[in-house]
Amino acid sequence: MTTVPLPNTRPARRGVNWEKWGWLYMRVSGVLLVVLIFGHLLVNLFLGEGVKAIDFAFVAGKLADPFWIVWDLLLLWLALIHGSNGMRTLVNDYAHGRLRKVLLGALLVSTIVLLVLGTLVLTTFDPCIGDPASTGLQELCEAQ
Amino acid sequence: MASATAEAPAPAPEAPIQSFTVTLIIRRFDPETMDEPIWQDFDVDMFPTDRVLDALHKIKWEQDGTLTFRRSCAHGICGSDAMRINGRNRLACKTLIKDLDISQPIYVEAIKGLPLEKDLIVDMEPFFESYRQIQPFLIADSKPKGGKERIQSVAQRERFDDTTKCILCAACTSSCPVFWTDGQYFGPAAIVNAHRFIFDSRDEGSQVRLDILNDKEGVWRCRTTFNCSEACPRGIEVTKAIAEVKQAVLRGKA
Repeated sequence: MTTVPLPNTRPARRGVNWEKWGWLYMRVSGVLLVVLIFGHLLVNLFLGEGVKAIDFAFVAGKLADPFWIVWDLLLLWLALIHGSNGMRTLVNDYAHGRLRKVLLGALLVSTIVLLVLGTLVLTTFDPCIGDPASTGLQELCEAQ
Repeated sequence: MASATAEAPAPAPEAPIQSFTVTLIIRRFDPETMDEPIWQDFDVDMFPTDRVLDALHKIKWEQDGTLTFRRSCAHGICGSDAMRINGRNRLACKTLIKDLDISQPIYVEAIKGLPLEKDLIVDMEPFFESYRQIQPFLIADSKPKGGKERIQSVAQRERFDDTTKCILCAACTSSCPVFWTDGQYFGPAAIVNAHRFIFDSRDEGSQVRLDILNDKEGVWRCRTTFNCSEACPRGIEVTKAIAEVKQAVLRGKA
């Protein structure tokens, strides 16, 4: 008598299912980013004086407000990880072997560098850096 | 009596149905003599009611007997003659010549992403391998409640009706850009057939199938490009079925 092996005798998967969480992350961050990005564009480019208002003082003014720091931090982390996760899937699709490892490594390093730099700028921003006269923040910086 | 018919004016002889010449450009490949496939063109005389399959028959029977393609029922049920017609995956037996732009040549080639064997024939084994992996059969070990049958309501049957229509022609899987890249992805057809059992109220193996499709090469590789839904000759909403399987994986149950 021949015996038929039980179906699904594959070993159970261990560890985190990155593909599943990656996919879920793309959906959730995508929805949040729609709000964050359009809010960002609206405030920076449209409301008030519009695009002409953007200069060093405008950015310094925004970053003096904790609300915008949180907003920009969320924007930075969600968008950058969203983008690099998308790049990761493309690399997994089209690159194989050694090339894939190199590309994924480069992607990981550049993402981390950008996240760290961006976070550093947002959290340690000093409006009085350099010459206050050239940025139009003379009064503010002298008052400090 | 008989004169009544004789007196009636003789019906005008029906105008002969106009035939027209169609150019087909077919991607030929013979593994014994060629390294690379070549495009070869044929002119055939067709009627508006003819299909691409009839044109292929005409070529094979009247012009070049070496033209190789699969077909079986020729009526859109067996799923043998899926091919790429003018860049879109279609069944040759369901594509009318008059629905194509016949002022231009019609390009016919084998479906992509599967190993080309000869002319329009590909090796379907990788396709059926992923089909087998999702265990496309009813798994029901428990005793049916109160009798011999597993009774199903109309609504329960309706739940997976769309995915029962699959004829395994591979038009969807071989239209999927993710499948083209390395052929490791399960592909839409396998997921559609898993969907057919996952959402079947009589089946008890959906957890097993969801686990298989939660794999690295499973449903998460789907990029929702809708090529599969567009290609399906049976009109199955393939991308929707895949999305439902994704949701079932996230919820952990059908």
